Amino acid sequence: MLRLLTLVIALAWLPFAVSAQELQTLLQSHRDVIIKPSRKTVGPTLDALVASGLPTVRGFLEAWQEKNVYLHAEDDLFYTGSEDDSGDLTLLDVDTGAEAATGVGRKDAQQIKPNGGVRREIGSALVAFQLSDPDIARRTQALDALARALDASQLAPLIASIDSETDARLKTRKQKLANYLQARFGESPAIRVAAINNLADDLSVDGRAVLSQILAVKMLVAQELPDGTNVASVLAPGEGDLERDTAYQMLVDDHGLPALVLASDIRRALETHVEGGISGGVPVAKLDNQAERIRAYDTLVAAGKVPARVSEAAIDAAFADWGFYNVYLESDPTITEAAETAQASVKTRVSLSQTADIGLDAISLASIYFLAAIGLAVTFGVMGVINMAHGEFIMMGAYTGYIVQQIVPDYTLSLIIALPLAFAVTFGAGVAMERLVIRWLYNRPLETLLATFGISIALQQLAKNIFGTQARPLTSPGWLDGAWIINDVIQISYIRIAIFVLALTFLCLLLLILKRTRLGLEVRAVTQNPRMAASMGINPEKIKMLTFGLGSGIAGIAGVAIGLYAKVTSEMGADYIVQSFMTVVVGGVGNVWGTLAGASMIGGFQKGVEWLNPSNTLAAQTYMILFIILFIQFRPKGIVALKGRAAGD
Amino acid sequence: MQRSFLAQNPSVLWFLAALGIFTIGVTLLAEGTGSAFISTSFVKTLGKVLCLCLIAIAMDVVWGYCGILSLGHFAFFGIGGYSVGMWLMYARTEAIVETSMAPSVIPPTAAEVQDAIAAQIFGVVGASEFPMIWMFSHSLVLQLLMVVLIPGLLALIFGWLAFRSRVTGVYLSILTQAMTLALSLYLLQNDSGLRGNNGLSGLQNIPGFDNVPQSTISMVFFWASALALGAGYVLFARVLSGKMGSVIRAVRDDEVRVRFLGYHVESYKLFVFTLTAIVAGIAGALYYPQAGIINPTEVAPIASIYLAVWVAIGGRGRLYGSVIGAAFVSLLASWFTGGGAPNINLGVYEILWTEWWLVLLGASFVAVTLFFPGGIGSLFDRLKGDAK
Repeated sequence: MLRLLTLVIALAWLPFAVSAQELQTLLQSHRDVIIKPSRKTVGPTLDALVASGLPTVRGFLEAWQEKNVYLHAEDDLFYTGSEDDSGDLTLLDVDTGAEAATGVGRKDAQQIKPNGGVRREIGSALVAFQLSDPDIARRTQALDALARALDASQLAPLIASIDSETDARLKTRKQKLANYLQARFGESPAIRVAAINNLADDLSVDGRAVLSQILAVKMLVAQELPDGTNVASVLAPGEGDLERDTAYQMLVDDHGLPALVLASDIRRALETHVEGGISGGVPVAKLDNQAERIRAYDTLVAAGKVPARVSEAAIDAAFADWGFYNVYLESDPTITEAAETAQASVKTRVSLSQTADIGLDAISLASIYFLAAIGLAVTFGVMGVINMAHGEFIMMGAYTGYIVQQIVPDYTLSLIIALPLAFAVTFGAGVAMERLVIRWLYNRPLETLLATFGISIALQQLAKNIFGTQARPLTSPGWLDGAWIINDVIQISYIRIAIFVLALTFLCLLLLILKRTRLGLEVRAVTQNPRMAASMGINPEKIKMLTFGLGSGIAGIAGVAIGLYAKVTSEMGADYIVQSFMTVVVGGVGNVWGTLAGASMIGGFQKGVEWLNPSNTLAAQTYMILFIILFIQFRPKGIVALKGRAAGD
Repeated sequence: MQRSFLAQNPSVLWFLAALGIFTIGVTLLAEGTGSAFISTSFVKTLGKVLCLCLIAIAMDVVWGYCGILSLGHFAFFGIGGYSVGMWLMYARTEAIVETSMAPSVIPPTAAEVQDAIAAQIFGVVGASEFPMIWMFSHSLVLQLLMVVLIPGLLALIFGWLAFRSRVTGVYLSILTQAMTLALSLYLLQNDSGLRGNNGLSGLQNIPGFDNVPQSTISMVFFWASALALGAGYVLFARVLSGKMGSVIRAVRDDEVRVRFLGYHVESYKLFVFTLTAIVAGIAGALYYPQAGIINPTEVAPIASIYLAVWVAIGGRGRLYGSVIGAAFVSLLASWFTGGGAPNINLGVYEILWTEWWLVLLGASFVAVTLFFPGGIGSLFDRLKGDAK
């Protein structure tokens, strides 16, 4: 039994025993480089070490990188070592890993200290090992490092590691990176072209970067193109991006043509040559226009005091003589051609995706407008009451959400409480306002506008007094964080999707209430003809009160949703009020579908303008309002206009 | 005719007399011309109030007499201010630039001066060239013409579009509000050519009058504002008397019937809308040199709504009512917000009027609309009724 065990142990040690001194021998053959490495010379040594395929190489390289390799003075061999408590060294054999010596004094062993550049080289050699490390975290780390700085030397180890990769996601990533590397550093043009063709449907930023690196150009000024230059484009000075002055200045700087004399040069020259109030034969007082200055300067030129001006004709002649080219850094035209094709295809796909992305943005903006306006569609659209305080109801809803979050710390639960509570609060406020103010002004719409505006400023200031002027956070629950990523260009945050769903829900709910319930029937009856409705046994006062409450309550819920997406301030309602009225008016008063159409149109139009001029959302809003003003001219009743008697006057 | 006009409108005489007495009183008490009982800054405040009264009259005519609740008249006011501000800023910067360039050996060319002025004015928005809209800014006459022309043209086009397609009532109000919102958003952009949200500043310095103290300049503007207010009052009283005034009032009361009677309602509305826009522009041109700065927030929709608030509180449908409303509310506002009003300590809570003034204004506005639709001006009618 004991013998058997001994045998097993002996067998287990066999590979190490066989390889006993191999690494040490190898190290000794590269001795000089290892002791005094430089970034330039270390390459072949590292290649040799990696190529040896010894299992101990990795450990040695790591130790080398960490400055833990020592040359023991006693036997002149390399050891990996570590310091013990007393400052002495414990040296380990590089092949077996066994303790070779302990308590070695600092003076008896020379520490190998590679510089930063060398350590980076060692690091990239180590990538090969890390790429097939059993620990998935280390493999990911190695891939991240590799993706950050693509380098030709990593191509071979990366490809070698693909087959043994077990994790499917890492495997695709490795294949993708290998493709990038092959596109840039592949051995033959055929391999590179194939790899580049693979990039034609890659929308990721990395893939696009690879293509643009392949297609990198530099500017070349030459009288005759040298052989083998891969010209991207021929530039004409004064057209496109190359301005005449810049182009000529390049000729001056690089090819010694006479320098341009600028207006400021003329001025300076004239200033330095003033003699007795006269410069260049012209009295100084007369030099207040460019023509006179040029005349004076030319006099100075004739006297040989200043360099002559370069005439436009001379510049033209120089441009005729010299060619300006954008030249690819990549010399092989087949590769740049393939890359151009791939890039064009990527660009088409990216712009398609961007269009889709803008579309999603537009839908999400439209749902926000719709949410803000839908309460108004009830109070203004159905009842015909102008409520300028509608925006303040939105604000009240948002602040209700904020207060609930202060009391209930769980974000999901607080949201569930806040939504109905916001409805209740603003429903109450709406009913109170209807009873106290609006009821008295039903046939005086302009005065309703002014009275509700008075309420609006009072409520806004009250909110400011209570909550202060700074924005209050309304935090969304964790499951609403993040975004739905479709590809590298198209993505949409969950909160916007939630708002979209909420808007849809409201649309359906409101349609259901108005079309399918007793209340809805009575609301429509009262709106069309209050007297007739009253004689049918409907209490118009009660219906108006409830309808107004409903519209206001919806505004409260919209407030919670908008608060999650934007900030909660006392002025948030005012930001939406004009847009909301526009939405209702553009869509067509008295119709919920109209509000939807109005919101879609305004949201779509605004995003469309932003797309044309992405840096300027203010301009987008300006154009949107101008567009609405014009639109009202042609369809004064809105997109979905009521017909017949329901249209009123 | 002139006599009968005044006989028909005794309030015009009363108003002019009151304005005259007020002007003389302020002149005698002011720092620059009298006993220095009123500080220069308060003279400026009073001068600004007179300009606000002028635009309030315009608002009263368009809303109280013609029934068009415009929520965009402050846009015209702002355009007037910007127009005159462009010249003030250009001319003043030109003077500064010329002084700084004077010591150089060779006199600067016109182009160099232009570039230096542009760099000075537009440095804050990162530009250094004059945009197109500044092409007339070197000329006071042309800019003053723009004070009248741009609001007039804008109102003419906007009004023609709106009235032609029979946009009325609250729809028109919202449309005018959209107009002023669009203008303020446009001006907020840095590349609008009007210095974005920095606006135009330093307008209180009148080029060419550097040596005249502000106390005197403020008095000149005060007189000019008083004169403009008086002239505006007479102008509108004149427009509103006689047959034309009757038609305008009839449009307010029943537009459809007036149309059936054969009047071209749109023309009357367009005339009133454009005329009041021009007067608003003039009021703005007088206001902003006294305020010293104009920026896009001045034309934000809220300003025009306050204008409606003044007119409603003062009493619409009476020219003097709107003057009283504008003067009363704007002076009250500066009293409350300027810390003039004593705070009320309730023990547990202290009411700071700087915070609560807007709540008070909003509430009183609701109260006036509900219980007191005639506004302050209707008090005079009651007094008259008692006298009879």
